[in-house]
Amino acid sequence: MRLAPPSSNSRWRDVGVTAGAFGLGLLFLALFLLVAGFDVPLALGALWRGAFGSWYALTSATLVRATPLILLGLAFTLGSRGGALNIGMEGQFALGAMAAAWMGTHTGALPGVVALPMVLGAGMAAGALWMAVPVLLRLRFGVTEVISTLLLNFVAEAAVSYAVTGPLQEPSGIYPQSASLTMAARLPKLLPMSRLHLGLLIAFAVAVVMAVVLKRSRWGFELRAVGAGPRVAEVSGRIRAGRLLAVALLISGALAGLGGAVEVSGVSYALYLNLSPGFGFTAIAVALLGRLRPGGVVVAGLLFGALEAGAGGMQRDAAIPAVAVQVVQAVVILTMVVAANSGQRTANGND
Amino acid sequence: MLTLSHISKSFGATLALDDVSFDAAAGEVHALLGENGAGKSTLVAIAAGRMPADRGESRVVSRERTPYSPDTSDDSRPTTRLSLVAQHFTSIPAFTVAENIALAAGWQESGKALGVRARETIARIGLPLDAEAVVETLSVQLRQRLEIVKAMASDPQILLLDEPTAVLAPREVTELLAMVRAFAARGGAVVFISHKLPEVFAVADRVTVLRQGRVTLTGRVAEQTPRSLALAMIGEAPAQPERVAVTPGGTRVHADGLLLRPERGGTPVGPITMECMAGEIVGIAAIEGNGQRELLRAMAGLPEITRVDGTLRVSGAVGFVPEDRTTEGIIPEFSLTENFVLGRVRERWMDWGLLAADCDLALAEYDVRGGNAASAASALSGGNQQKLIFARVLSRQPDVLVAEDPTRGLDLHAAAAIHARLRSAAANGAAVIVHSSDLDEILDLADRVLVMANGKLVTVPAGASRDVVGDAMLGLPTP
Amino acid sequence: MIELALISGFAAASVRVATPLLLAAIGETITEKSGVLNLGIEGAMLAGALAAAVGAISLGPLGGVAFAVAAGMATSAIFAAVAVGARADQIITGTAVTLGMTGLTGLGARLAFGDAGAGLTIPTLPVLPIPGLAAIPVIGPAFFSQSVMSYVAFAAIAWATWLLFRTRWGLEVRAAGESAAAARAMGVPVTRRRVVATVIGGAFAGLAGATLVLSQVGTFTEKMTAGRGFIAIAIVVLGRWHPIGAGLAALLFGAATALQYTFQASGSAVPYQLFQALPYLLALAVLAVAVGREKGPAGLAK
Repeated sequence: MRLAPPSSNSRWRDVGVTAGAFGLGLLFLALFLLVAGFDVPLALGALWRGAFGSWYALTSATLVRATPLILLGLAFTLGSRGGALNIGMEGQFALGAMAAAWMGTHTGALPGVVALPMVLGAGMAAGALWMAVPVLLRLRFGVTEVISTLLLNFVAEAAVSYAVTGPLQEPSGIYPQSASLTMAARLPKLLPMSRLHLGLLIAFAVAVVMAVVLKRSRWGFELRAVGAGPRVAEVSGRIRAGRLLAVALLISGALAGLGGAVEVSGVSYALYLNLSPGFGFTAIAVALLGRLRPGGVVVAGLLFGALEAGAGGMQRDAAIPAVAVQVVQAVVILTMVVAANSGQRTANGND
Repeated sequence: MLTLSHISKSFGATLALDDVSFDAAAGEVHALLGENGAGKSTLVAIAAGRMPADRGESRVVSRERTPYSPDTSDDSRPTTRLSLVAQHFTSIPAFTVAENIALAAGWQESGKALGVRARETIARIGLPLDAEAVVETLSVQLRQRLEIVKAMASDPQILLLDEPTAVLAPREVTELLAMVRAFAARGGAVVFISHKLPEVFAVADRVTVLRQGRVTLTGRVAEQTPRSLALAMIGEAPAQPERVAVTPGGTRVHADGLLLRPERGGTPVGPITMECMAGEIVGIAAIEGNGQRELLRAMAGLPEITRVDGTLRVSGAVGFVPEDRTTEGIIPEFSLTENFVLGRVRERWMDWGLLAADCDLALAEYDVRGGNAASAASALSGGNQQKLIFARVLSRQPDVLVAEDPTRGLDLHAAAAIHARLRSAAANGAAVIVHSSDLDEILDLADRVLVMANGKLVTVPAGASRDVVGDAMLGLPTP
Repeated sequence: MIELALISGFAAASVRVATPLLLAAIGETITEKSGVLNLGIEGAMLAGALAAAVGAISLGPLGGVAFAVAAGMATSAIFAAVAVGARADQIITGTAVTLGMTGLTGLGARLAFGDAGAGLTIPTLPVLPIPGLAAIPVIGPAFFSQSVMSYVAFAAIAWATWLLFRTRWGLEVRAAGESAAAARAMGVPVTRRRVVATVIGGAFAGLAGATLVLSQVGTFTEKMTAGRGFIAIAIVVLGRWHPIGAGLAALLFGAATALQYTFQASGSAVPYQLFQALPYLLALAVLAVAVGREKGPAGLAK
């Protein structure tokens, strides 16, 4: 089953579909707010200001919010291109954050150049390890990764809850959170007077690498073949699809874990309960809106970063709960999967 | 009883049926003859109400079906007693025979009452089947029989049979044709689709030939000759290449006491002892599900078949042409280049410019038409997709070529091109092992014919007649 | 005597906790038998829970149940329109529906109840002990001294079994789930059967949400279903796609969750988060053991 619409010959048509999906999501939100009796212009104005209204909003809200979405969107993209759906990014993010928090409070006097890679590496390793369970279940027992990754999200939530009230709790033992990261373990800021941190550039770099790997490497080609025609890949391409997909899923888990580590090391500086406001699910919308292409994911991630930043503004200025933007995300996802399928049907219309 | 007048139907840009008129009267068998892709299946689908016509009228007995009636809703059951036996099996493998009959005939019963009614119906039709058997445990021949029982269960007046003999051996074909004649003798009307001339002469009263969606001939069978029908079917016959006598070289494939475990478990296939030399074409004649799939895939080195016992030696590089193009051979949304290089590239990085140039050369050499290196494989016709697969496999110059039913679903011109490729591969020194569901194709193509029945290799004497090979395929003793 | 009381309490808690899981799993069994995997039942359950709270406040507990069924059906109808009607990917569609419903119910709850939340003023469904039977030790409290929703769930097992295996409609639904193409060729209106089976599944998910609010928690909180819809999907697998199997599997999960309360009450040193995670870990283990051997409908999610 195709998830994202294939790129057509016309770039403008592609942009149209994507913009249409996003616009439709906003339209639904506006309609809903209207029905619910909110002041729609006020709400949308607050949304806009929250995302783009000031230099601070743009850099400290939108771009900061976009960073994990891009990383997780890329994580979902990699699995999906091979035909595996990683619905467990929320859990891998949490585990990555947990590992990063542990590492970041134990680096002692190490300088940043050593501490930072250790923190981010710990997050990636934890994310991959968390993904190793579904991978094993799939390879050994044939359990679809969809359900297993989904269930592990709840286990991860319990694990974080345990960590912040137990082994990782801050020294005073009062608050359900970890101690703060050492200064060296924090990602440097990119701009003065802004919360924007190095994580955004890391996300861009991952996108570039993934684009090159998918397009130019044999591994990427084989992964795409497994995703588009698993039996063809095995029978005619002599590709060991199971192993290839396992590696792709582990990398996907590692990227989601990296997302968690970047969030801890760049934004929160400590592990909290509910650190992610649903990044793992929003990222599915990001990946689909970006047509499962790294470049597209970056653009879609920025768009959704703006949306979520705007939602914060909406909550502050118009008293509309930020969860409302999940409606936009749902509509975007539904629009994109429907567009994917109608595109497919016209392509093979004569069967 | 059934009248179709001036039917036209197109799919996208392809005109599948162009002003076709056709009728079948009570008590007669009317054969519908044509190559693959000529429009036969589309025509019966319209007659059965499964598909709307763009133009024209389909009339069953006295009931009218207007051309724009909303019969496309997947709810439409034939309003008169008309039954279609489709080319592809339409039974649910996980259900019992009785449940499948109930589904097709629209019965309301369940449990014991269903079993009773199913057994009664099977007895009345006279084609024995175990009502409680789960369909996936049945042999292909019994599943074909179930398709006929399903069609007959609603006691139809009109029977549409779409290539019902494709999976049957000659002896079973004879039985089926006798049943068809008996149905017509009781006053039923039969539309019998085929692309095999002898069957048409054996069973039909009248014949209509379709070619590329148009009627090219219609008349009484008695007034036709095989030649006249063949000309109407294909126009200019493709030139038959000269058979070159081959002198086989060294042994490339050697199996000795080979026992194989099928993909989904079950009784092992074998023991098989056989050889294939460089330069020869060995044809494997077998009905679907008799172990040839396991044998061919084991020789191709696919991991899903595991060896239980015995030895299998395959020397040199193997090329494999899978049976099902669309699920195992071609990725439709990939470009021709991407499909062409599948499994070929060993380097870590892909030089797409260079690969596309390679692909373009191969497209020209293997006469693949309908697209260039950058177009999607879904744009190609079935025949050209198969040529692309051959280009991929043969341009690597394999020492052993294993092909599963390589001309299934192709028209005669495309099939002839594939035959030529197989012959030239052998002439260039490859050991070629080919299976076909079409016995005549095997007899025509192969230097040596091996028969598989019930998972075992049956020896037939060199130059054995068609009937002898056919009986061996059924597992009957050979003289 | 203390031990008997403990066991009785544990058994009663197991059935009580199992009830919403069972309701959702029966509905999802019917849906999956038709070839549709609906991850959106988590969202339908959530919608049902909010609707139950709203309905119960204005029309009493039974009004809440009716609202919940309607909300579950509406949610699943959206899923069915996209995943069955437009044939979009079922897994992504289901995820999106759940995501959307999380947002809508969060927003709706604040609209309906304000920032303070629903509070504990919702009229709930009483426990209805069945005279005589309720007095049987252990079994009585477990099966005959429950809320009316538990009795509905028990009855639903029998009803769904009859529907799937004893009616023409059920035969057609199962055919649609095994092979859409073959079923269609035999005259089965595949799309219609799948849509109806999905909407029925949504009605049950709505009931499950109503059970949570009206006979367990007594109020609505955001994301209160906490993955119960996903666990119901694991229950369907463990129950071998049969309502009776789903019943037994749901009891197992109910027991695993009830263990948490029992241990917490006994003041055990084991961190409570382990018990919190137990149902999900159990679901994973069950899938590993069951999936390899149990075959689902051949056309599921295709």
